[in-house]
Amino acid sequence: MKVSTMAEFMAKGEQPEVLFWVGCAGSFDQRAQKITKAFATILDKAGVRYAILGKEEACTGDPARRAGNEFMFQMMAYQNIQVLNGYEIKKIVTTCPHCFNTLKNEYPALGGHYDVIHHTTFLQELIEQGKIKFTDSNEWKGKSITYHDSCYLGRANEIYEAPRKVLESLDMELREMKRCKSKGLCCGAGGAQMFKEEEKGDKRINTERTDEAIETKADFVASACPFCNTMMTDGIKNRDEEIKTEVLDIAEIIAKAIQ
Amino acid sequence: MALIAELLFGLITVAAFFLFGKNLLAIRRNILIGKEVNLNDEPGRRWKNVLLLALGQKKMFRNPLVAVLHIIVYVGFIVINIELLEIIVDGILGTHRVFANYLGSCYDLIINGFEILAALVLIACVVFFSRRNIIRLKRFISNDLNGWPRSDANAILITEIVLMGLFLLMNAADPASDFIISSHIKPLLNSFSTTQLNVIEHSAWWIHILGIYAFMNYLPYSKHLHIILAFPNAYYASLLPKGEMHNMVSIQNEVLYAMQPELAPTNATAPEKFGARDVMDLSWKNLMDAYSCTECGRCSTACPANSTGKLLSPRKIMMSTRDRLEEVGKNMNKNSQFIEDGKSLLHDYISVEELRACTTCNACVEECPVSISPLDIILELRRSLIMEESNAPSEWNGMFSNIENNFAPWKFSPDDRDAWTTQS
Repeated sequence: MKVSTMAEFMAKGEQPEVLFWVGCAGSFDQRAQKITKAFATILDKAGVRYAILGKEEACTGDPARRAGNEFMFQMMAYQNIQVLNGYEIKKIVTTCPHCFNTLKNEYPALGGHYDVIHHTTFLQELIEQGKIKFTDSNEWKGKSITYHDSCYLGRANEIYEAPRKVLESLDMELREMKRCKSKGLCCGAGGAQMFKEEEKGDKRINTERTDEAIETKADFVASACPFCNTMMTDGIKNRDEEIKTEVLDIAEIIAKAIQ
Repeated sequence: MALIAELLFGLITVAAFFLFGKNLLAIRRNILIGKEVNLNDEPGRRWKNVLLLALGQKKMFRNPLVAVLHIIVYVGFIVINIELLEIIVDGILGTHRVFANYLGSCYDLIINGFEILAALVLIACVVFFSRRNIIRLKRFISNDLNGWPRSDANAILITEIVLMGLFLLMNAADPASDFIISSHIKPLLNSFSTTQLNVIEHSAWWIHILGIYAFMNYLPYSKHLHIILAFPNAYYASLLPKGEMHNMVSIQNEVLYAMQPELAPTNATAPEKFGARDVMDLSWKNLMDAYSCTECGRCSTACPANSTGKLLSPRKIMMSTRDRLEEVGKNMNKNSQFIEDGKSLLHDYISVEELRACTTCNACVEECPVSISPLDIILELRRSLIMEESNAPSEWNGMFSNIENNFAPWKFSPDDRDAWTTQS
């Protein structure tokens, strides 16, 4: 697909409406790449003029900072803010709650001031503005789904409603897990856990969470974070061969229903 | 005789308040061992937190039944302590129900209200006691509470039950009284003579007031200190989004000067320490958090690591911080300043394995009814582990070097970052 970079916009002397911050998972992880492509497709169809940084994008530093490596975080932040400010970026949308949290809450103190928005909120706005139109017979209608709250979207930034509103706009039946919203249970990936083995215990965190999702007997599990997606997918895979509940990002669900 | 009693009472009252004040000042000194952090911005939002979180106990209502019981104990505690004023005045002046003269028929109404509250508090405390010792809720039988903390919790509940009982008994034994609850206890006292009743009333009065003074002086050593510290702790609670970590300006500048040496001041000095190894490296708010913790364990119940059997328990993080701080405080009392004792919060009180299990999900912070952040302490200790000790699991070292060299936590070529645009 044709996706313009900031460098290309700049060469033409133009500014996009919004920068799509893809993130490391969205760029490199095979599963998350599908989410990235789904979101890019939606942006195209909704007529949003957007750009990516392409090869100029780098890790926000989130996992390094949470592991305790402030030096590494500050190095990455410095580099990214130089690039973003160089392009005079005003608005950023991202499909990763960790990038979202860092860009929105932690870069301002370092001189990076942007209007940062998570893709679920962005999608909700596009739907409300009528820029996204669903096909009359969208395949989700009447299907049941349970939404897993990402900690960095939910408790960290108090975004609980946008992803749910998006799912409801598709006439899906939303089934809540035992622990949801501000009580939502972590998938186990945050705080740089994604990049190390879990400490010893009697159960894996993602198994604990997946069990709650399976208990709802929903047809699908919705996520809004590439790391949650990996953890939940692995959890379901390990739990039961019989259960083939698919874990889908909100963007993938919308992309399939769009006109 | 009466004069001696009045004098004795006056002396005990002064001593009780003096000792209590002294202990509170010692706690204040211990808290101020922590590093300076300015939490006086936006007073409007801060007072709102005091109203909602401390006074209104908003977080408690995540479990409405427990919230109602807790509100009863809390309102009962405050309101019945108004009656304490009369008790103290009576004690010092040798009067009997001194306020009755001024309040007339209102007085009976007020005491009736107090009695209803006292009975409700008594019932609520019995329920709380059975939740801990008969129903044995998971968070109350946790190993975190082994030893003194479990006795502490039970001692408080038993004291409350006894104090409320004494208050009602005192009223019942007063021959001239006819109050709503205590009048039902009167029949039990029928067999006593007027003199005996007088002794019972006076004994109940004395034990009640001495019990309250003892309870007050027990507070500084107890988890129950939250009845005082919940208020300042709500005021000074973080107003930042929960996902935001504290910026380390010293490192920000170090990176800036490395990248743009022309900006570096000639007298720039490196900070002496990164992150927190011991209590004095934490902020005073972290330390006030430790004294505010009532060890209820809502944090650890919500913690994904703790509930899947990992060693980490956010409640234990707070208890360890208070234990270490108390130890440092005693060291300072003895030596008039802190003398290195070869111990630290990190390693001696909180282990690497505990710290490594945290997913930074903020569930503990969200649950805490008294605005404590165990996560803040965990992250500061993690900073010390990585930046002072280079103590990281090998996978994390790999992740760091990938970020440094490939600008992503995995080993992919940065040139492939936009490869997804060309894949089908």
